[in-house]
Amino acid sequence: MSKITELFRVPKISYRVSKVWMRNKDVFMKTYKTNFLPSLLEPILYLVALGLGLGGFVEAIDGQPYINFIAPALVAVSMMYSSFYECTYATFVRMYFQKTFDAIIATPITIEEVITGEILWGATKSLINSSIVLGVIVAAGLVSSPLFLLILPVSFLVGLLFSAMGMCFTAISPNIDAFNYPGFLYITPMLLLSGTFFPLASMPEVLQIVTQIFFPLANAVTVTRALALGNIQMSILFNIAWMLIITPIFFVLAINLMKKRLIK
Amino acid sequence: MSQDVLVKAEKLTKKFNGLVAVDSIDFEIFKGESFGFLGPNGAGKTTTMKMVQSISPLTGGTLTLAGMDVTEQGRKIKAIVGVAPQEDNLDPDFTVLQNLMVYARYFDISKEKAKTKAEELIRFMQLEEKRDVIITSLSGGMRRRLILARALMNEPQILILDEPTTGLDPQARHLIWTKIRNLQKQGVTVILTTHYMDEAAQLCDRLIIMDHGKIIEKGRPADLVRAHVGEEVLEVLFSEEAMHCLKQYFPDARIDVVGDKIQVFANKPRGVLAKVLDKVSFKGALIRDSNLEDVFLKLAGRSLKD
Repeated sequence: MSKITELFRVPKISYRVSKVWMRNKDVFMKTYKTNFLPSLLEPILYLVALGLGLGGFVEAIDGQPYINFIAPALVAVSMMYSSFYECTYATFVRMYFQKTFDAIIATPITIEEVITGEILWGATKSLINSSIVLGVIVAAGLVSSPLFLLILPVSFLVGLLFSAMGMCFTAISPNIDAFNYPGFLYITPMLLLSGTFFPLASMPEVLQIVTQIFFPLANAVTVTRALALGNIQMSILFNIAWMLIITPIFFVLAINLMKKRLIK
Repeated sequence: MSQDVLVKAEKLTKKFNGLVAVDSIDFEIFKGESFGFLGPNGAGKTTTMKMVQSISPLTGGTLTLAGMDVTEQGRKIKAIVGVAPQEDNLDPDFTVLQNLMVYARYFDISKEKAKTKAEELIRFMQLEEKRDVIITSLSGGMRRRLILARALMNEPQILILDEPTTGLDPQARHLIWTKIRNLQKQGVTVILTTHYMDEAAQLCDRLIIMDHGKIIEKGRPADLVRAHVGEEVLEVLFSEEAMHCLKQYFPDARIDVVGDKIQVFANKPRGVLAKVLDKVSFKGALIRDSNLEDVFLKLAGRSLKD
Protein backbone atom coordinates (compact mmCIF):
# COMPACT_ATOMS: atom_id res chain seq x y z
CA MET A 1 0.00 0.00 0.00
CA SER A 2 2.71 2.44 0.98
CA LYS A 3 4.49 1.61 -2.28
CA ILE A 4 1.45 2.67 -4.27
CA THR A 5 1.04 5.97 -2.39
CA GLU A 6 4.77 6.57 -2.90
CA LEU A 7 4.27 6.43 -6.67
CA PHE A 8 1.59 9.11 -6.50
CA ARG A 9 3.26 11.42 -3.98
CA VAL A 10 2.96 14.99 -5.22
CA PRO A 11 6.50 16.30 -5.84
CA LYS A 12 7.90 19.62 -4.61
CA ILE A 13 9.18 21.67 -7.49
CA SER A 14 10.52 25.21 -7.90
CA TYR A 15 11.23 27.75 -10.65
CA ARG A 16 14.43 25.78 -11.34
CA VAL A 17 12.52 23.53 -13.78
CA SER A 18 12.98 26.40 -16.24
CA LYS A 19 16.74 25.82 -16.25
CA VAL A 20 16.29 22.25 -17.39
CA TRP A 21 13.83 23.43 -20.04
CA MET A 22 16.32 26.08 -21.20
CA ARG A 23 19.11 23.54 -21.52
CA ASN A 24 16.97 21.50 -23.91
CA LYS A 25 15.90 24.62 -25.78
CA ASP A 26 19.56 25.64 -26.22
CA VAL A 27 20.39 22.25 -27.72
CA PHE A 28 17.29 22.43 -29.94
CA MET A 29 18.28 25.86 -31.25
CA LYS A 30 21.68 24.49 -32.26
CA THR A 31 20.08 21.70 -34.27
CA TYR A 32 16.83 23.29 -35.42
CA LYS A 33 17.69 22.88 -39.10
CA THR A 34 17.61 19.11 -38.79
CA ASN A 35 14.59 19.35 -36.51
CA PHE A 36 12.53 21.68 -38.62
CA LEU A 37 12.54 20.24 -42.13
CA PRO A 38 11.29 16.69 -41.45
CA SER A 39 8.40 17.95 -39.35
CA LEU A 40 7.41 20.21 -42.25
CA LEU A 41 7.70 17.54 -44.93
CA GLU A 42 5.86 14.72 -43.22
CA PRO A 43 2.41 16.33 -43.03
CA ILE A 44 2.70 17.52 -46.62
CA LEU A 45 3.38 13.92 -47.68
CA TYR A 46 0.36 12.68 -45.73
CA LEU A 47 -1.85 15.38 -47.21
CA VAL A 48 -0.79 14.57 -50.74
CA ALA A 49 -0.88 10.78 -50.40
CA LEU A 50 -3.97 10.37 -48.26
CA GLY A 51 -5.83 13.64 -48.79
CA LEU A 52 -5.42 14.03 -52.52
CA GLY A 53 -4.57 10.46 -53.54
CA LEU A 54 -6.82 8.32 -51.38
CA GLY A 55 -9.28 11.17 -50.85
CA GLY A 56 -10.27 10.97 -54.54
CA PHE A 57 -11.93 7.62 -53.83
CA VAL A 58 -13.58 8.59 -50.55
CA GLU A 59 -16.90 10.37 -50.23
CA ALA A 60 -17.33 13.45 -48.04
CA ILE A 61 -17.44 12.84 -44.26
CA ASP A 62 -19.94 15.01 -42.32
CA GLY A 63 -20.07 17.26 -45.37
CA GLN A 64 -16.29 17.71 -45.43
CA PRO A 65 -13.98 16.58 -48.26
CA TYR A 66 -11.69 13.77 -47.04
CA ILE A 67 -8.58 16.00 -47.10
CA ASN A 68 -10.29 18.54 -44.82
CA PHE A 69 -11.29 15.68 -42.53
CA ILE A 70 -7.78 14.29 -42.04
CA ALA A 71 -5.84 17.59 -42.03
CA PRO A 72 -6.64 18.54 -38.37
CA ALA A 73 -6.01 14.94 -37.32
CA LEU A 74 -2.50 15.23 -38.71
CA VAL A 75 -1.95 18.22 -36.43
CA ALA A 76 -3.04 16.11 -33.44
CA VAL A 77 -0.83 13.21 -34.56
CA SER A 78 2.19 15.51 -34.65
CA MET A 79 1.43 16.57 -31.06
CA MET A 80 1.51 12.93 -30.00
CA TYR A 81 4.60 11.92 -31.93
CA SER A 82 6.76 14.91 -31.06
CA SER A 83 6.09 14.78 -27.33
CA PHE A 84 5.97 11.01 -26.87
CA TYR A 85 9.23 10.45 -28.72
CA GLU A 86 10.92 13.43 -27.06
CA CYS A 87 10.27 11.95 -23.63
CA THR A 88 11.14 8.38 -24.61
CA TYR A 89 14.08 8.14 -27.03
CA ALA A 90 15.49 11.65 -26.54
CA THR A 91 15.09 11.59 -22.76
CA PHE A 92 16.60 8.12 -22.58
CA VAL A 93 19.66 9.30 -24.51
CA ARG A 94 20.10 12.23 -22.11
CA MET A 95 19.50 10.11 -19.03
CA TYR A 96 21.35 6.91 -19.92
CA PHE A 97 24.00 7.65 -22.53
CA GLN A 98 24.89 11.29 -21.85
CA LYS A 99 24.34 11.13 -18.05
CA THR A 100 22.98 14.65 -18.32
CA PHE A 101 20.62 14.14 -15.38
CA ASP A 102 23.49 13.04 -13.14
CA ALA A 103 25.29 16.27 -14.00
CA ILE A 104 22.24 18.41 -13.26
CA ILE A 105 21.32 16.82 -9.94
CA ALA A 106 24.82 17.54 -8.65
CA THR A 107 23.71 21.20 -8.70
CA PRO A 108 20.90 22.74 -6.59
CA ILE A 109 18.33 21.21 -8.97
CA THR A 110 16.42 18.13 -7.79
CA ILE A 111 15.52 15.06 -9.85
CA GLU A 112 11.85 16.04 -9.61
CA GLU A 113 12.69 19.36 -11.26
CA VAL A 114 14.76 17.67 -13.96
CA ILE A 115 11.89 15.37 -14.93
CA THR A 116 9.34 18.21 -14.79
CA GLY A 117 11.59 20.30 -17.03
CA GLU A 118 11.86 17.40 -19.46
CA ILE A 119 8.08 16.94 -19.60
CA LEU A 120 7.54 20.68 -20.11
CA TRP A 121 10.08 20.55 -22.90
CA GLY A 122 8.24 17.60 -24.48
CA ALA A 123 5.05 19.68 -24.39
CA THR A 124 6.95 22.56 -25.99
CA LYS A 125 8.08 20.25 -28.79
CA SER A 126 4.41 19.35 -29.31
CA LEU A 127 3.55 23.03 -29.56
CA ILE A 128 6.39 23.74 -32.01
CA ASN A 129 5.85 20.75 -34.30
CA SER A 130 2.07 20.91 -34.40
CA SER A 131 2.25 24.66 -35.11
CA ILE A 132 4.31 23.86 -38.19
CA VAL A 133 1.74 21.33 -39.38
CA LEU A 134 -1.06 23.73 -38.54
CA GLY A 135 0.69 26.40 -40.59
CA VAL A 136 0.83 24.02 -43.54
CA ILE A 137 -2.87 23.14 -43.45
CA VAL A 138 -3.90 26.77 -42.91
CA ALA A 139 -1.77 27.75 -45.92
CA ALA A 140 -3.39 24.95 -47.92
CA GLY A 141 -6.80 26.42 -47.10
CA LEU A 142 -7.95 23.36 -45.17
CA VAL A 143 -8.98 25.24 -42.01
CA SER A 144 -12.35 26.93 -41.95
CA SER A 145 -12.69 28.49 -38.49
CA PRO A 146 -10.72 31.22 -36.65
CA LEU A 147 -11.06 28.98 -33.59
CA PHE A 148 -8.03 27.13 -34.96
CA LEU A 149 -5.87 29.47 -32.84
CA LEU A 150 -7.11 27.59 -29.77
CA ILE A 151 -5.35 24.51 -31.12
CA LEU A 152 -2.07 26.02 -29.85
CA PRO A 153 -2.90 25.76 -26.12
CA VAL A 154 -4.52 22.38 -26.79
CA SER A 155 -1.26 21.18 -28.34
CA PHE A 156 0.57 22.07 -25.12
CA LEU A 157 -1.92 20.09 -23.02
CA VAL A 158 -1.78 17.10 -25.37
CA GLY A 159 2.00 17.40 -25.35
CA LEU A 160 2.09 17.34 -21.55
CA LEU A 161 -0.06 14.22 -21.54
CA PHE A 162 2.02 12.28 -24.05
CA SER A 163 5.30 13.49 -22.54
CA ALA A 164 4.22 12.26 -19.12
CA MET A 165 3.10 8.92 -20.58
CA GLY A 166 6.36 8.57 -22.49
CA MET A 167 8.32 9.43 -19.36
CA CYS A 168 6.59 6.60 -17.46
CA PHE A 169 7.81 4.14 -20.11
CA THR A 170 11.28 5.69 -19.99
CA ALA A 171 11.41 5.18 -16.24
CA ILE A 172 10.81 1.45 -16.59
CA SER A 173 12.67 0.74 -19.85
CA PRO A 174 15.74 -1.42 -19.33
CA ASN A 175 17.24 -0.24 -22.64
CA ILE A 176 16.48 1.98 -25.61
CA ASP A 177 15.17 -0.90 -27.78
CA ALA A 178 12.40 -1.49 -25.25
CA PHE A 179 10.57 1.55 -26.67
CA ASN A 180 9.52 -0.67 -29.56
CA TYR A 181 6.85 -2.05 -27.23
CA PRO A 182 4.92 1.16 -26.53
CA GLY A 183 5.74 2.32 -30.07
CA PHE A 184 4.28 -0.63 -31.96
CA LEU A 185 1.76 -1.89 -29.43
CA TYR A 186 0.30 1.42 -28.29
CA ILE A 187 1.26 4.44 -30.41
CA THR A 188 0.70 2.78 -33.81
CA PRO A 189 -2.74 1.32 -32.97
CA MET A 190 -3.64 4.68 -31.48
CA LEU A 191 -2.58 6.43 -34.68
CA LEU A 192 -4.84 4.16 -36.74
CA LEU A 193 -7.89 3.86 -34.51
CA SER A 194 -8.38 7.31 -32.96
CA GLY A 195 -10.73 8.77 -35.54
CA THR A 196 -7.73 10.05 -37.46
CA PHE A 197 -8.34 8.52 -40.90
CA PHE A 198 -12.00 7.54 -40.49
CA PRO A 199 -14.69 8.76 -38.10
CA LEU A 200 -14.88 7.15 -34.67
CA ALA A 201 -18.63 6.81 -35.23
CA SER A 202 -18.03 4.08 -37.82
CA MET A 203 -16.75 1.77 -35.08
CA PRO A 204 -19.04 -0.22 -32.70
CA GLU A 205 -20.20 1.91 -29.79
CA VAL A 206 -18.32 -0.10 -27.13
CA LEU A 207 -15.12 0.32 -29.08
CA GLN A 208 -15.73 4.06 -29.37
CA ILE A 209 -15.94 4.38 -25.60
CA VAL A 210 -12.91 2.17 -24.98
CA THR A 211 -10.94 4.16 -27.54
CA GLN A 212 -11.76 7.50 -25.96
CA ILE A 213 -10.74 6.23 -22.52
CA PHE A 214 -7.49 4.47 -23.43
CA PHE A 215 -6.36 6.36 -26.53
CA PRO A 216 -5.76 10.01 -25.61
CA LEU A 217 -5.13 10.73 -29.28
CA ALA A 218 -8.84 10.14 -29.93
CA ASN A 219 -9.62 13.04 -27.58
CA ALA A 220 -6.92 15.20 -29.15
CA VAL A 221 -8.20 14.50 -32.68
CA THR A 222 -11.81 15.28 -31.77
CA VAL A 223 -10.91 18.60 -30.14
CA THR A 224 -8.46 19.67 -32.84
CA ARG A 225 -10.90 18.80 -35.62
CA ALA A 226 -13.73 20.66 -33.94
CA LEU A 227 -11.58 23.80 -33.56
CA ALA A 228 -10.22 23.66 -37.11
CA LEU A 229 -13.59 23.14 -38.73
CA GLY A 230 -15.56 25.33 -36.32
CA ASN A 231 -17.91 22.47 -35.54
CA ILE A 232 -18.12 22.80 -31.75
CA GLN A 233 -20.22 20.38 -29.71
CA MET A 234 -20.62 20.12 -25.95
CA SER A 235 -18.99 16.69 -26.04
CA ILE A 236 -15.54 18.19 -26.63
CA LEU A 237 -15.68 19.46 -23.05
CA PHE A 238 -15.58 15.82 -21.99
CA ASN A 239 -12.59 15.21 -24.23
CA ILE A 240 -10.76 18.15 -22.68
CA ALA A 241 -11.83 17.21 -19.16
CA TRP A 242 -10.58 13.65 -19.60
CA MET A 243 -7.17 14.89 -20.77
CA LEU A 244 -7.05 17.36 -17.86
CA ILE A 245 -7.76 14.51 -15.42
CA ILE A 246 -5.24 11.95 -16.67
CA THR A 247 -2.37 14.35 -17.42
CA PRO A 248 -1.53 15.17 -13.78
CA ILE A 249 -1.85 11.49 -12.85
CA PHE A 250 0.74 10.45 -15.43
CA PHE A 251 2.84 13.51 -14.58
CA VAL A 252 3.15 12.61 -10.91
CA LEU A 253 3.60 8.93 -11.70
CA ALA A 254 6.38 9.72 -14.20
CA ILE A 255 8.29 11.81 -11.67
CA ASN A 256 8.06 9.21 -8.92
CA LEU A 257 8.97 6.33 -11.23
CA MET A 258 12.00 8.25 -12.49
CA LYS A 259 13.01 9.14 -8.95
CA LYS A 260 12.80 5.48 -8.06
CA ARG A 261 14.98 4.59 -11.02
CA LEU A 262 17.63 7.27 -10.59
CA ILE A 263 17.96 7.92 -6.86
CA LYS A 264 19.54 4.92 -5.23
CA MET B 1 45.92 24.00 9.41
CA SER B 2 42.82 25.24 11.15
CA GLN B 3 40.74 22.52 12.73
CA ASP B 4 37.27 23.65 11.68
CA VAL B 5 35.31 20.53 10.85
CA LEU B 6 33.67 20.95 7.45
CA VAL B 7 32.34 17.44 6.91
CA LYS B 8 31.32 15.15 9.73
CA ALA B 9 29.94 11.64 9.39
CA GLU B 10 28.70 9.54 12.30
CA LYS B 11 27.65 5.92 11.90
CA LEU B 12 27.04 6.68 8.22
CA THR B 13 25.31 3.69 6.67
CA LYS B 14 23.96 2.82 3.23
CA LYS B 15 22.17 -0.37 2.27
CA PHE B 16 20.97 -1.42 -1.18
CA ASN B 17 18.40 -4.22 -1.17
CA GLY B 18 19.81 -5.64 2.03
CA LEU B 19 23.43 -5.36 0.85
CA VAL B 20 25.52 -3.11 3.10
CA ALA B 21 27.53 -0.76 0.87
CA VAL B 22 28.66 1.61 3.63
CA ASP B 23 28.77 0.09 7.09
CA SER B 24 28.45 2.59 9.92
CA ILE B 25 31.53 4.69 9.25
CA ASP B 26 32.75 7.81 11.09
CA PHE B 27 35.04 10.48 9.67
CA GLU B 28 35.79 14.18 9.94
CA ILE B 29 37.18 16.39 7.21
CA PHE B 30 38.74 19.71 8.17
CA LYS B 31 38.44 22.96 6.31
CA GLY B 32 41.25 23.45 3.82
CA GLU B 33 42.63 19.92 3.85
CA SER B 34 42.75 17.31 1.13
CA PHE B 35 41.08 14.13 2.23
CA GLY B 36 41.28 10.85 0.35
CA PHE B 37 39.02 7.82 0.18
CA LEU B 38 40.96 4.78 -0.94
CA GLY B 39 39.77 1.29 -1.49
CA PRO B 40 39.25 -1.42 -4.06
CA ASN B 41 36.27 -1.32 -6.43
CA GLY B 42 33.08 -1.89 -4.50
CA ALA B 43 34.56 -0.71 -1.20
CA GLY B 44 31.88 1.97 -0.81
CA LYS B 45 33.86 5.06 -1.83
CA THR B 46 31.57 6.32 -4.56
CA THR B 47 28.48 5.54 -2.49
CA THR B 48 29.96 7.63 0.33
CA MET B 49 30.65 10.46 -2.14
CA LYS B 50 27.05 10.36 -3.36
CA MET B 51 25.82 10.75 0.20
CA VAL B 52 28.24 13.62 0.83
CA GLN B 53 26.88 15.30 -2.30
CA SER B 54 23.39 14.90 -0.91
CA ILE B 55 22.26 12.90 -3.94
CA SER B 56 21.87 9.52 -2.30
CA PRO B 57 19.70 9.31 0.84
CA LEU B 58 21.27 7.80 3.97
CA THR B 59 20.05 4.49 5.35
CA GLY B 60 21.40 5.36 8.78
CA GLY B 61 23.65 7.67 10.78
CA THR B 62 24.21 11.38 10.29
CA LEU B 63 26.21 13.42 7.83
CA THR B 64 26.72 17.18 7.92
CA LEU B 65 28.54 19.59 5.61
CA ALA B 66 29.37 23.05 6.93
CA GLY B 67 26.96 22.32 9.77
CA MET B 68 24.10 21.47 7.39
CA ASP B 69 22.39 18.09 7.45
CA VAL B 70 22.51 16.36 4.05
CA THR B 71 19.00 15.01 4.47
CA GLU B 72 17.43 18.35 5.35
CA GLN B 73 19.44 20.89 3.36
CA GLY B 74 20.37 19.13 0.15
CA ARG B 75 19.87 22.18 -2.02
CA LYS B 76 22.05 24.46 0.09
CA ILE B 77 24.75 21.84 0.33
CA LYS B 78 24.81 21.27 -3.42
CA ALA B 79 25.27 25.03 -3.87
CA ILE B 80 28.60 24.99 -1.98
CA VAL B 81 29.93 21.71 -3.37
CA GLY B 82 31.68 21.23 -6.70
CA VAL B 83 31.70 17.75 -8.19
CA ALA B 84 33.98 16.25 -10.80
CA PRO B 85 32.38 12.84 -11.33
CA GLN B 86 34.12 9.70 -12.44
CA GLU B 87 31.88 9.35 -15.49
CA ASP B 88 32.07 11.91 -18.26
CA ASN B 89 28.70 13.68 -18.20
CA LEU B 90 29.56 16.79 -20.18
CA ASP B 91 26.94 18.01 -22.64
CA PRO B 92 28.07 16.67 -26.04
CA ASP B 93 25.97 19.16 -28.03
CA PHE B 94 27.70 22.19 -26.54
CA THR B 95 31.07 23.90 -26.87
CA VAL B 96 33.52 24.17 -23.98
CA LEU B 97 32.25 27.64 -23.07
CA GLN B 98 28.58 26.66 -23.38
CA ASN B 99 29.11 23.66 -21.12
CA LEU B 100 30.32 26.02 -18.41
CA MET B 101 27.63 28.63 -19.03
CA VAL B 102 24.72 26.16 -18.98
CA TYR B 103 26.10 24.58 -15.81
CA ALA B 104 26.38 27.98 -14.13
CA ARG B 105 22.72 28.61 -14.88
CA TYR B 106 21.79 25.60 -12.75
CA PHE B 107 23.35 27.48 -9.82
CA ASP B 108 21.46 30.72 -10.49
CA ILE B 109 24.72 32.47 -11.35
CA SER B 110 24.10 35.58 -13.44
CA LYS B 111 25.14 35.48 -17.08
CA GLU B 112 27.79 38.20 -16.71
CA LYS B 113 29.34 36.61 -13.65
CA ALA B 114 29.27 33.19 -15.27
CA LYS B 115 30.98 34.52 -18.39
CA THR B 116 33.84 36.04 -16.37
CA LYS B 117 34.25 32.90 -14.28
CA ALA B 118 34.08 30.62 -17.34
CA GLU B 119 36.76 32.61 -19.19
CA GLU B 120 38.95 32.56 -16.08
CA LEU B 121 38.59 28.78 -15.68
CA ILE B 122 39.18 28.12 -19.39
CA ARG B 123 42.50 29.96 -18.98
CA PHE B 124 43.31 28.17 -15.72
CA MET B 125 42.66 24.77 -17.31
CA GLN B 126 44.55 25.70 -20.50
CA LEU B 127 41.57 25.18 -22.77
CA GLU B 128 41.66 28.57 -24.55
CA GLU B 129 42.15 27.05 -27.98
CA LYS B 130 39.12 24.82 -27.53
CA ARG B 131 36.85 27.51 -26.10
CA ASP B 132 34.34 27.44 -28.96
CA VAL B 133 34.76 23.84 -30.06
CA ILE B 134 32.00 21.25 -29.63
CA ILE B 135 33.38 19.00 -26.92
CA THR B 136 33.09 15.71 -28.82
CA SER B 137 36.43 16.58 -30.48
CA LEU B 138 38.27 17.02 -27.16
CA SER B 139 40.88 14.52 -25.93
CA GLY B 140 40.33 12.56 -22.73
CA GLY B 141 42.66 14.85 -20.78
CA MET B 142 40.93 17.99 -22.02
CA ARG B 143 37.52 16.62 -21.12
CA ARG B 144 38.78 15.87 -17.60
CA ARG B 145 40.07 19.42 -17.31
CA LEU B 146 36.75 20.75 -18.51
CA ILE B 147 34.93 18.60 -15.95
CA LEU B 148 37.21 20.06 -13.29
CA ALA B 149 36.57 23.58 -14.58
CA ARG B 150 32.84 22.93 -14.50
CA ALA B 151 33.08 21.75 -10.88
CA LEU B 152 34.64 25.12 -10.01
CA MET B 153 31.99 27.32 -11.67
CA ASN B 154 30.09 27.83 -8.40
CA GLU B 155 33.30 28.65 -6.46
CA PRO B 156 32.76 25.65 -4.18
CA GLN B 157 33.93 25.41 -0.58
CA ILE B 158 34.24 21.67 -1.03
CA LEU B 159 35.53 20.06 -4.19
CA ILE B 160 34.74 16.37 -4.73
CA LEU B 161 36.97 14.56 -7.18
CA ASP B 162 35.87 11.02 -7.96
CA GLU B 163 38.76 9.19 -9.64
CA PRO B 164 40.05 12.39 -11.27
CA THR B 165 42.75 10.83 -13.45
CA THR B 166 41.45 7.36 -14.28
CA GLY B 167 42.23 6.47 -17.88
CA LEU B 168 44.54 9.41 -18.58
CA ASP B 169 48.05 9.31 -20.01
CA PRO B 170 50.94 10.39 -17.71
CA GLN B 171 51.21 13.93 -19.10
CA ALA B 172 47.49 14.55 -18.67
CA ARG B 173 47.59 13.10 -15.14
CA HIS B 174 50.43 15.37 -14.09
CA LEU B 175 48.69 18.41 -15.50
CA ILE B 176 45.52 17.56 -13.54
CA TRP B 177 47.60 17.07 -10.38
CA THR B 178 49.23 20.46 -10.85
CA LYS B 179 45.80 22.07 -11.17
CA ILE B 180 44.53 20.30 -8.06
CA ARG B 181 47.58 21.43 -6.09
CA ASN B 182 46.96 25.01 -7.20
CA LEU B 183 43.43 24.75 -5.86
CA GLN B 184 44.69 23.32 -2.57
CA LYS B 185 46.98 26.32 -2.21
CA GLN B 186 43.96 28.57 -2.69
CA GLY B 187 42.42 26.90 0.36
CA VAL B 188 39.78 24.75 -1.32
CA THR B 189 38.85 21.66 0.69
CA VAL B 190 39.32 18.66 -1.56
CA ILE B 191 37.73 15.25 -1.16
CA LEU B 192 39.28 12.71 -3.44
CA THR B 193 38.59 9.09 -4.24
CA THR B 194 41.17 7.09 -6.12
CA HIS B 195 42.65 3.69 -6.49
CA TYR B 196 45.97 5.08 -7.64
CA MET B 197 48.16 5.05 -4.57
CA ASP B 198 50.73 7.44 -6.01
CA GLU B 199 47.92 9.91 -6.61
CA ALA B 200 46.74 9.59 -3.03
CA ALA B 201 50.27 9.97 -1.68
CA GLN B 202 50.81 13.08 -3.80
CA LEU B 203 47.55 14.85 -3.15
CA CYS B 204 46.12 13.82 0.22
CA ASP B 205 46.90 15.31 3.62
CA ARG B 206 44.93 12.56 5.28
CA LEU B 207 43.11 9.55 3.97
CA ILE B 208 41.01 6.59 4.91
CA ILE B 209 41.20 3.15 3.38
CA MET B 210 37.87 1.42 2.93
CA ASP B 211 37.01 -2.18 2.22
CA HIS B 212 33.63 -3.91 2.27
CA GLY B 213 31.99 -0.66 3.37
CA LYS B 214 34.16 -0.26 6.46
CA ILE B 215 37.11 1.98 7.27
CA ILE B 216 40.08 -0.30 7.77
CA GLU B 217 42.71 2.38 8.34
CA LYS B 218 43.08 6.14 8.53
CA GLY B 219 45.89 8.65 8.83
CA ARG B 220 48.52 10.65 6.97
CA PRO B 221 50.03 8.81 4.00
CA ALA B 222 53.62 8.92 5.33
CA ASP B 223 52.54 7.80 8.81
CA LEU B 224 50.58 4.89 7.39
CA VAL B 225 53.53 3.73 5.33
CA ARG B 226 55.86 3.91 8.33
CA ALA B 227 53.42 2.17 10.64
CA HIS B 228 52.47 -0.68 8.36
CA VAL B 229 55.40 -1.48 6.10
CA GLY B 230 58.41 0.40 7.43
CA GLU B 231 60.54 2.70 5.35
CA GLU B 232 62.05 0.19 2.98
CA VAL B 233 61.15 -3.01 1.19
CA LEU B 234 63.55 -5.66 0.06
CA GLU B 235 62.60 -7.42 -3.17
CA VAL B 236 64.31 -10.60 -4.27
CA LEU B 237 63.71 -12.95 -7.19
CA PHE B 238 61.87 -16.03 -5.91
CA SER B 239 63.66 -19.26 -5.10
CA GLU B 240 63.26 -21.80 -2.30
CA GLU B 241 66.77 -21.11 -0.96
CA ALA B 242 66.27 -17.35 -0.97
CA MET B 243 62.97 -17.78 0.88
CA HIS B 244 64.59 -20.04 3.47
CA CYS B 245 67.50 -17.68 3.94
CA LEU B 246 65.32 -14.55 4.28
CA LYS B 247 63.13 -16.23 6.87
CA GLN B 248 66.19 -16.87 8.99
CA TYR B 249 67.44 -13.32 8.72
CA PHE B 250 64.03 -11.76 9.34
CA PRO B 251 62.06 -14.06 11.61
CA ASP B 252 59.58 -11.30 12.58
CA ALA B 253 59.15 -9.74 9.15
CA ARG B 254 56.17 -10.11 6.86
CA ILE B 255 57.35 -11.94 3.78
CA ASP B 256 55.06 -11.97 0.74
CA VAL B 257 55.41 -13.75 -2.55
CA VAL B 258 54.13 -11.62 -5.42
CA GLY B 259 54.41 -13.26 -8.81
CA ASP B 260 58.05 -14.30 -9.15
CA LYS B 261 59.24 -11.94 -6.41
CA ILE B 262 59.68 -12.16 -2.67
CA GLN B 263 58.92 -8.94 -0.78
CA VAL B 264 60.30 -8.47 2.73
CA PHE B 265 58.64 -5.88 4.94
CA ALA B 266 61.06 -5.91 7.85
CA ASN B 267 59.75 -2.72 9.44
CA LYS B 268 63.32 -1.86 10.36
CA PRO B 269 65.03 1.53 10.24
CA ARG B 270 66.62 2.63 7.00
CA GLY B 271 69.85 0.80 6.19
CA VAL B 272 69.18 -2.48 8.01
CA LEU B 273 68.15 -4.28 4.85
CA ALA B 274 71.22 -3.12 2.99
CA LYS B 275 73.47 -4.72 5.59
CA VAL B 276 71.95 -8.11 4.85
CA LEU B 277 72.69 -7.70 1.17
CA ASP B 278 76.34 -7.09 2.07
CA LYS B 279 76.48 -10.56 3.62
CA VAL B 280 74.38 -12.60 1.20
CA SER B 281 73.88 -12.00 -2.48
CA PHE B 282 70.37 -12.68 -3.77
CA LYS B 283 69.34 -12.90 -7.37
CA GLY B 284 67.50 -9.76 -8.50
CA ALA B 285 67.81 -8.08 -5.11
CA LEU B 286 66.48 -4.55 -4.84
CA ILE B 287 65.84 -2.24 -1.93
CA ARG B 288 63.25 0.44 -2.52
CA ASP B 289 61.28 2.92 -0.44
CA SER B 290 58.03 1.41 0.67
CA ASN B 291 54.92 3.22 -0.44
CA LEU B 292 51.22 3.55 0.04
CA GLU B 293 50.55 0.77 -2.43
CA ASP B 294 52.36 -1.66 -0.12
CA VAL B 295 50.14 -0.50 2.74
CA PHE B 296 47.05 -0.84 0.63
CA LEU B 297 47.86 -4.33 -0.58
CA LYS B 298 48.73 -5.41 2.95
CA LEU B 299 45.43 -4.11 4.31
CA ALA B 300 43.04 -4.83 1.45
CA GLY B 301 44.66 -8.09 0.40
CA ARG B 302 45.95 -9.10 -2.98
CA SER B 303 43.03 -11.04 -4.36
CA LEU B 304 40.91 -9.53 -7.12
CA LYS B 305 37.76 -7.82 -5.91
CA ASP B 306 35.62 -8.09 -8.98
